[in-house]
Amino acid sequence: MTRDIFQPSGQIQFGIFFQGVNSGTIWKAPQAGSQTDFESFRHIAQTAERGKFAAFFLGEGLRLREHLGRPHALDVVGRPDAQTMLAALAAVTKNIGLVATQNTTYNDPADLAHRLQSLDLISGGRAAWNIVTTDNAWTGANFRRGGYLDHADRYKHAEAFVETAKRIWDSWETPTGPARPVLHEGQHYTVDVTPRLPRSAQYRPVLFQAGDSPDGRDFAARQADVIFSAHPKFDDAVEFRRDIVARSIAAGRGANAVQIMPASEFILGATDQEAQEKKAWVRSLQIGPQQAIAYLEQFWGRELSSYDPDGSLPEIDPVVEETSETRGSGFHGAKARQLADQWRAEAKDKGLSIRQFVTSKTARIDATFTGSYTTVADHLAEYARVGAVDGFNISPWLIPTGLDEIVNHLVPELQERGVYPTEYRGTTLRENLGLETPVRSEEPAHA
Amino acid sequence: MSTFEERKAGFLAIELDGAGYQNLATAVLAAESAGFHAATFKDTPEAGRTNALQRAAFAGPVTRTIAVVPEVDTVYTEPFHVSTQLASLDYVSGGRAGWIATAAVSPEAAAAVGRSFVEGDALAQEAAASIEVSRRLWDSWEDDAVIRDVATGRYIDVDKLHYADFETPADFAGTAYSVKGPSIIPRPLQGQLPVLAAVSLVGEGLVPVDAVDAVLVSAPTPELLAAEVRDARARLGSSVAIIAELDVLLDSRGQAAASRVVTSHDSGIARFVGTAAVLTELLAPLLQEADGVRLHPAVLDVELEELSRLVLPELRRRGLLRAPIQDGTFRDVLGLAPAENRYSTTAAAPVAAGK
Ligand SMILES: Cc1cc2nc3c(=O)[nH]c(=O)nc-3n(C[C@H](O)[C@H](O)[C@H](O)COP(=O)(O)O)c2cc1C
Repeated sequence: MTRDIFQPSGQIQFGIFFQGVNSGTIWKAPQAGSQTDFESFRHIAQTAERGKFAAFFLGEGLRLREHLGRPHALDVVGRPDAQTMLAALAAVTKNIGLVATQNTTYNDPADLAHRLQSLDLISGGRAAWNIVTTDNAWTGANFRRGGYLDHADRYKHAEAFVETAKRIWDSWETPTGPARPVLHEGQHYTVDVTPRLPRSAQYRPVLFQAGDSPDGRDFAARQADVIFSAHPKFDDAVEFRRDIVARSIAAGRGANAVQIMPASEFILGATDQEAQEKKAWVRSLQIGPQQAIAYLEQFWGRELSSYDPDGSLPEIDPVVEETSETRGSGFHGAKARQLADQWRAEAKDKGLSIRQFVTSKTARIDATFTGSYTTVADHLAEYARVGAVDGFNISPWLIPTGLDEIVNHLVPELQERGVYPTEYRGTTLRENLGLETPVRSEEPAHA
Repeated sequence: MSTFEERKAGFLAIELDGAGYQNLATAVLAAESAGFHAATFKDTPEAGRTNALQRAAFAGPVTRTIAVVPEVDTVYTEPFHVSTQLASLDYVSGGRAGWIATAAVSPEAAAAVGRSFVEGDALAQEAAASIEVSRRLWDSWEDDAVIRDVATGRYIDVDKLHYADFETPADFAGTAYSVKGPSIIPRPLQGQLPVLAAVSLVGEGLVPVDAVDAVLVSAPTPELLAAEVRDARARLGSSVAIIAELDVLLDSRGQAAASRVVTSHDSGIARFVGTAAVLTELLAPLLQEADGVRLHPAVLDVELEELSRLVLPELRRRGLLRAPIQDGTFRDVLGLAPAENRYSTTAAAPVAAGK
């Protein structure tokens, strides 16, 4: 076996992404529970663990999303700090990995490294960091630093940050210390710290990366263990794998060094038809009439409440040139006028109303697996066979019971097909993902 | 807060740093079973010590009654993160969270985050600013902001969300900063978490008295504690709870406490060395002078066993300990009224302080 040839493992794993924003999580159904009560998190995490999920993910957004200058009112919003929640979940779970999305711009490296390593130790080696690079001044308004980083520099900054964190985690020569001091002098910050903590049972936190630009992919190929990708559809997933394998080899790592877990949504039923009917119901609750209008308002930069959600797209033009970051990275920087023209044409072509059109744009169309348990299991087995992905990161559309049918029905089907774990391999996240123990990071020559 | 004359029974807190992260669940459950009202978690830099707030969060779901109260520094931390983390701690502990707001005097802590070293009066300014940011952010969602109104499609009522718009005061010694808000998490279950601080940080020209809910008071010797408590009460008034600090080292299983003293003692906190019976006699009047006492066990396992077998039962028998409140909040332990929201659009009058 050569390091330069990718070897499919023949297996897939699941992670769960507990969403705290966006319209994907429905709140209007009677079964929809609290988005903030600890019981919701406990239920989801323990159900996932019953289903041998590799990891429980929490996202991060450091400023509330806004709509026309005020907080956005229509979707679920307001979520706990990832690491605080995960430390609490560590007490009520045993095997599942605990992944905190944390950005590299509005954290201090020594502080974040210490906190992640604390989580790793408290959880017995189950912590991971999903590295994101949010950089806008609008988010920066909540922090002492303000908005100080150019978009173009976000990954340079992130790389220095991650290198520093790795040196902090690697600084204890022996299990009892002492630590070697870690120094970093960079363009944006300096760090001079004597780390406090020993290695965890999995040596150091597992690194996930979620970002899709070429810079983001190269960064992942150099630094990450797993990519939380946006490419779940089969052909796209195969192509993304090919790209990441090439980048990993170019970065001097093996073809299998970086795993891939795309974001995904599952809508299942006993039969294909039942699943299709459920999908229509889920979609109607994800994008209601007000959400459809509000979605367009983000790109038009003006009120559109006089338009009928079941009518055609507005003929008037957007009042903004570029969309702003206030609704999160998905909305950031699109050319508004150009997009409006394109969308009007597309909607007309397909005969879609505002509501149908927005549903088609927002509802993770590519990321949704719909069908009976057996249909979906067969489909996933094909991903496993060719090694298109290493797993899926599932966003349940219902809290707190959204994983129940996946764990009760889909997981056993996958286990029967021999493509999904029947037991946890070990006690650490690194073991459960089948990742190798990392090599100790080198001290830079000048330090 | 009830007045001094009315108070008959106090509360007891225990510092659980000695449990580390390996024995945390066992230790906090033992403390809860013993009848302690609060567990605290240190966060000064020391090899092997994990983040205090995360230890408190871990302790949250395994317990039911005991409050979980981490130290969190106010000088070299980001106020926005601190506020979110503490609000989250309140959620994972079911409303039993508190905050010991500390102000690190540490060139090492400054260098770790690449900031200039802060000392003197500037420490209290940093602490006051950080506490104010948290309090504003905790209030930035009114209690009934999440409406989940299917008819209008609105998950929240935007009129019940508020920008914190904090700015450091003009005379701020450190680097000025601002925080926008609103919080990224709804108002904590307690509305406002109780904030504790060392008495040396609180008072005129320091952290304003009405910014904190309790102060931690220590003295050079156990005998002098009651006098220090009275001093603090005279200086700060009766709106702030007073918690006396005491190191304890007890006779245990036939071994004299004095013979167990191995290391030199430099915590800055009075240390009691002796039998459980003598400690009980010391605590009895102290629990009437102060609102509560925080015990720092020399060796957690050893002291906790003696305390739970001999000291707490006797104090309870004498009616000197508040009854633990099943499913109560930390505010309940401290005798604080429900926290009114300063931004509340339904409140009769705006509330000046965040308490
Ligand atoms: C599946 C996925 C999930 C993400 N989740 C978050 C998140 O929770 N918080 C966040 O700030 N950014 C999140 N991001 C955004 C990315 O981290 C990144 O900042 C953004 O995609 C810009 O980087 P890029 O230009 O390399 O794509 C996510 C991205 C992807 C693809």
